[in-house]
Amino acid sequence: MSLFLIVALPFLGVVFPALLVRAGRDASASAAGTATLLALIGLLLHAPAVLRGEVITARIDWLPNLGLNANFFLDGLGLLFAGLILGIGLLIILYARYYLSREDPMGQFYAYLLLFQGAMVGIVLSDNILLLLVFWELTSLSSFLLIGYWKHLPEGRQGARMALAVTGSGGLAMIGGMLILGSIAGSYDLTEILRNKEAIQASPLYLPALILILLGCFTKSAQFPFHFWLPHAMAAPTPVSAYLHSATMVKAGLFMMARVWPVLAGTPEWFYIVATTGLATMLIGAVIALFKDDLKALLAFSTVSNLGLITMLLGFGTKMAAIAAVFHIINHAVYKAALFMTAGIVDHEAHTRDIKRLGGLRHLMPLTFTIATIAALSMAGLPTLNGFLSKEMMLAEALDTTWNGSRLVLPAIAGLAAAFTAAYSFRYIAHVFLGPKRHDYPASPHDPGPGLWLAPMFLAVLVVAIGLFSQALVGPLVKAASYAVTGGDLPEFKLKIWHGFNTALFLSFGALLTGLALLRLHGGLERGWNAMPRPEAKTIFDALLRWIAELSRTVTDRLHDGAISRYAMIFVVFTLLLAGYGYFSGTIGLPTRDVQDAPILPIIAWFCLIAATALLTFLHRNRQLALVLIGVVGLTVSMSFNYLSAPDLAMTQISVEVVTIILLLLCLNFLPKGTPVDSSLGIRVRDGVIAGAAGLGTAGLVYALMVRDFAFPTISEYHLANSKTGGGGTNVVNVILVDFRGFDTFGEIIVLGIAALVIFSLTEALLSTRVRAYLLNRKPDWPQSGDAHPLMMVVATRVMMPIALMVATYIFLRGHNLPGGGFIAGLIASIAYVMQYMASGFGWAAERQHFYYHGIIGSGVLIAAITGIGAWFNGVPFLTSDFGYFQIPPLEEFELATAMFFDLGVFLAVVGAVLLALESLSRLAWQPGMVTEHAMDINPARDDPPEAEDPAQTAVKED
Amino acid sequence: MIDHWIVAPVVLPAILAPFIIMVIRFHLDLQRIFSIAGTAALLVIGLVLLVQVSDGTIKTYELGNWPAPFGIVLVLDRLSALMVALTGALALPVLLYAVGSGWDRRGRHFHALFQFQLMGVTGAFLTGDAFNLFVFFEVLLIASYGLMTHGGGKLRLKAGVQYVVYNLLGSTLFLFALGTIYAVTGTLNMADLAQRVAELPADDSALIRVGAVLLLLVFAIKAAVLPLHFWLPDSYANAPLPVAALFAIMTKVGAYAILRMYTLVFDPDLELTAGLVGDWLLPAALLTLAAGSVGVLGAHRIGRLMAFAAIASTGTLLIAISLFTQQASAAAVYYIVHSTLATGAVFLIADMVMERRGGQIIAQPPMPQTGLIASLYFAGAIAMAGMPPLSGFVGKLLVMDAARDGGDYALVWSVILASSLIAIVGFARAGSVLFWQSHDRDHLEEPEEPDEDDEPVAEPAPEPNSALAFSGVFLLLAALIALTVLAGPAMRFAEATAAQLFTPAEYIGAVLGEGSE
Repeated sequence: MSLFLIVALPFLGVVFPALLVRAGRDASASAAGTATLLALIGLLLHAPAVLRGEVITARIDWLPNLGLNANFFLDGLGLLFAGLILGIGLLIILYARYYLSREDPMGQFYAYLLLFQGAMVGIVLSDNILLLLVFWELTSLSSFLLIGYWKHLPEGRQGARMALAVTGSGGLAMIGGMLILGSIAGSYDLTEILRNKEAIQASPLYLPALILILLGCFTKSAQFPFHFWLPHAMAAPTPVSAYLHSATMVKAGLFMMARVWPVLAGTPEWFYIVATTGLATMLIGAVIALFKDDLKALLAFSTVSNLGLITMLLGFGTKMAAIAAVFHIINHAVYKAALFMTAGIVDHEAHTRDIKRLGGLRHLMPLTFTIATIAALSMAGLPTLNGFLSKEMMLAEALDTTWNGSRLVLPAIAGLAAAFTAAYSFRYIAHVFLGPKRHDYPASPHDPGPGLWLAPMFLAVLVVAIGLFSQALVGPLVKAASYAVTGGDLPEFKLKIWHGFNTALFLSFGALLTGLALLRLHGGLERGWNAMPRPEAKTIFDALLRWIAELSRTVTDRLHDGAISRYAMIFVVFTLLLAGYGYFSGTIGLPTRDVQDAPILPIIAWFCLIAATALLTFLHRNRQLALVLIGVVGLTVSMSFNYLSAPDLAMTQISVEVVTIILLLLCLNFLPKGTPVDSSLGIRVRDGVIAGAAGLGTAGLVYALMVRDFAFPTISEYHLANSKTGGGGTNVVNVILVDFRGFDTFGEIIVLGIAALVIFSLTEALLSTRVRAYLLNRKPDWPQSGDAHPLMMVVATRVMMPIALMVATYIFLRGHNLPGGGFIAGLIASIAYVMQYMASGFGWAAERQHFYYHGIIGSGVLIAAITGIGAWFNGVPFLTSDFGYFQIPPLEEFELATAMFFDLGVFLAVVGAVLLALESLSRLAWQPGMVTEHAMDINPARDDPPEAEDPAQTAVKED
Repeated sequence: MIDHWIVAPVVLPAILAPFIIMVIRFHLDLQRIFSIAGTAALLVIGLVLLVQVSDGTIKTYELGNWPAPFGIVLVLDRLSALMVALTGALALPVLLYAVGSGWDRRGRHFHALFQFQLMGVTGAFLTGDAFNLFVFFEVLLIASYGLMTHGGGKLRLKAGVQYVVYNLLGSTLFLFALGTIYAVTGTLNMADLAQRVAELPADDSALIRVGAVLLLLVFAIKAAVLPLHFWLPDSYANAPLPVAALFAIMTKVGAYAILRMYTLVFDPDLELTAGLVGDWLLPAALLTLAAGSVGVLGAHRIGRLMAFAAIASTGTLLIAISLFTQQASAAAVYYIVHSTLATGAVFLIADMVMERRGGQIIAQPPMPQTGLIASLYFAGAIAMAGMPPLSGFVGKLLVMDAARDGGDYALVWSVILASSLIAIVGFARAGSVLFWQSHDRDHLEEPEEPDEDDEPVAEPAPEPNSALAFSGVFLLLAALIALTVLAGPAMRFAEATAAQLFTPAEYIGAVLGEGSE
């Protein structure tokens, strides 16, 4: 079976349990089991070849540019781990089927479990370290889901988050380490990296890479001081603990250290970091385990201790130590999974895992007792059981290794740890199963059905079998795996029970005896332990995390507090700094243009501008006054355009001024008269200084630009030359607008149209909230004119209407050759309509308005667009204009250009946009009874209904 | 025969929107049909364009048949075609969601504004003229303002004002920048600018440097680079979240413009403008990433959480861009696709949560469809935080790999990795409160009283079509999965794109040389 398929099978299986759970829990479990079994069979088919020393590979390019490829290989180490993962996985699937209760969503459980299993298999078979990282992080994520499986338990949620934070951060560190490693070796393929030992160890980046990779391994494998997450991950259902937290996931770190052992191990740095960490972890874990009353916590710390043992062995850097490590990985996985399952059975049957409430279960659960005893004795290191063999090998290696010049440190601490290990193992048997039967169990415990005991029973048999027939059963596997770990020839070794009377054996027995003694003294030791102040990792971690989260929140909320003036201040200061830097880091030549003398007119205009803006700075709190001053600025600008011979701009500007001022006046109607003072004087001075600097900077920039010529001839010369011949118009400004850069204009009328639509939707949105009630009840701030529709004005505007429209038409038509055009004409026409609204009232004008403004905007944009598309039929690009000269007697020859239709679109869009904005704003002012259809239509013959009148209307009528 | 495909992504929505306003203003069903069909067509057009440029040709389209640089020209190269296709690929699922969730009926003119928005975005990607770029920035700004205040409400309007005020500051700056650049070089066509800037006498360097840096600031605002990102969190968090999902492409407009302008016109090897861009953009991008991740951890409302995640994502993208090497730009091109789709997806998912149980990240009783939404959230969080197996992880590796050759790689790596961790923790905290703690009856929390003025007096909405809404999210996640699985081919395209960006002579030749015919 292809390696791809072996890795893919668990992932492919993910969906089935979740789907099949509707067909029953058995179907769900079988689906998960089948996927696992198939993968396991596929793996075992390769076993003979791998044990012969062959390496199976499967490669496919995924992202070759990065060096991230789906390359897999199966060697002895991979076989060992994949076998453990899939084999124990199968047992766990069986066990979990009977462990989980009816309320637990089983489909989800198996889906997560398979996801995790696939990720683990992926890790151990990857031949590409980037691919390995993908699977590595996937295990963190899937274990997050598994630990938090019981959503309703706060411990589960916190444990899941803690595990994710710790192992996830380690994984991220490892990404950095792996990238360094890959760049030293020039490849991300493991097989390639493993060949580059010299280059890697000689590199100055060796140490950073080593530390980063080890961070990943230590966090994953719960090494001190990152061990604290593992006990809290025990909030997960027991099958998860048995699988992830004893047999597989926590071994991923060990696997990784074993994988890179050939290139990273053997240096003093490796030895002191890895071996010391392992040693410390082994002791600390064993000591804490002795004082845990929760069965799963005891096993969790025991796991920590055993992981430390293996880490230490890998850290020694010798080949024999590596062999011992590999052997212990197998043994630990076997007996620890069995122990977790028995702990789960006890919890399941007695409804408690508290050792203080247990004891005497031997009589009630003989089967469980047997299994647990075999596994625990193996953990303690009792001869003839598998745990004994590897532990003795460990002690032998510890005796052979010097630590910082001392030959005593390692064996002494390792022996002490072994003694504590024996002690807690005995305690697991003695305090749970031995002793008198009690009468206060939370439930009545008895042996469970075979579904629960089959899996641990099988493992217990393995414990004994491996202990007795180690060489025959696992010898070849250990050899193949060790060969892969050490990457070279192995010393001769044979796994056997009897090594003769040597120091390791004495140490081993000494540890067992000390363990028994420690158990006898347990009561007293426990009192001392409990009296001792100990740092509680979870409290510290939670507090730290909470503090970081709080800090994040505070910092974020402070920074983004919604004060737009501060945002703007930062924007202006930043812009000034960078623009200043840009300017002063460049060079600038002397001015190429002379400064002209200023005649009196520009000086007056200049004075007006300065005065208006200066006044505005001080008087802006009075909104109406501010509007007047803005109007002054606008008019001055318009006149400047005119003075500088830009009549088109002047006309546009002045009509824009009129329209915007009217719209703003409408808005002011709904606003308070003044703006509030909401910042202190200091801040206002600061902002003033910044604004002043920005203004001076802008002025300086503009000045520098104006006293210089263009560095190159500008494109506008082309426009001047081609306006008549190519665009058919002598008014270059208009030809630019509708032809040369008609696409810009097309965009701008759309902007205008959208703006009107937005104003409309905003008023609609406002009027659908409580704001409507507020508007209906509001009393104007200002005294209202008694005469809503003054006679003179009404008459004047109605007379003006046709004239204004005529002017608009004229301006529109002549636009192509003389100042004018659709935009200006549109504004003028809008003003003509706005006057009707102002004079005769909204109701009256709306009554006479037969086209929706939305439609007018739409038609404008559409006409412009269709004119543009028309060019397609001529075989030329969008918006290409065409023109020709026609003569219809008796008229003189005249010109017709398609640009006129485009300009018509502009015209309509402008009219529609202005009037829709006006209409929308007016709707805000609507109050019942204020609208009359007959403003100034004085007709005594008509009988107006009196009730819909307000005083203003009545006043008009009485005239 | 001229090929009109290039202008189609602009013209199609520009016709569709006024048509919707004029003809079917009162027929929501018809609006929906036309809007979805138009957006689907936009996606198809984008894909056609992508095929057209896949052999490396650069096509131009001279509007009004005026030769460049005198008229306006649209330029289609690999990058612009990709961005147009990406716009369609984001817009269609978002629109399906907006229709399915009933968001489009909560205010006026949703579909017209949506189409106008698309027109602005595609126009900005396609134009080869600096002033025309300004025009399209205006189109997309005003349309986005309309969309983000869609449905109204006090908070939303308040955020909308900030959004539009801040962006108008940016627009003003854009005009300053263009004025400066035009006053020095006398042209606005980007290819022409590139040619002229390269030949500019040293005496003009101070002024062109000011122009270049101002322009960069404008784009940095659009891309939400620290410290110019302030407009983003409130506006995205308070906008209708499907609209925020569409806005995922808006920050990319800024990123695109930086990538375009500062490889074509002010290219990294140009002495005249040396030291203006990378020197501050890289640190700013790193800060952006950090601030975004910290914001994710500190967020107390789901909309805000996603807004900061979007900032972080842009930060990563800008890191890649600010390195200004061909390899890094290829990574940026890959990441731009990932970031757009992922940001879109998470905002839609956030809206599902918000619609069902309110936006606060507190424990409340389980909502309908909680299992499915939880898995979607999980997938979205993985994508946004850059965890495997989705494209965010691949993209992050690409960016880190590209940073390796720079001097600051240790800093860049540390920031990227540390930010990932913070974001992961933030997402995990929020997710476990939203989806797990809700099952814990002992630990439920009371929501804050909503502000009464805030909510529109809602008419009872008809049952939303949740299948359609879910399909939008599924489409985006499927696209992310495809981007991951097909990372190899995608990256080949990205590298070809970067190679094209780093040989600006091709672009200039296509625009100013023979032209399109």
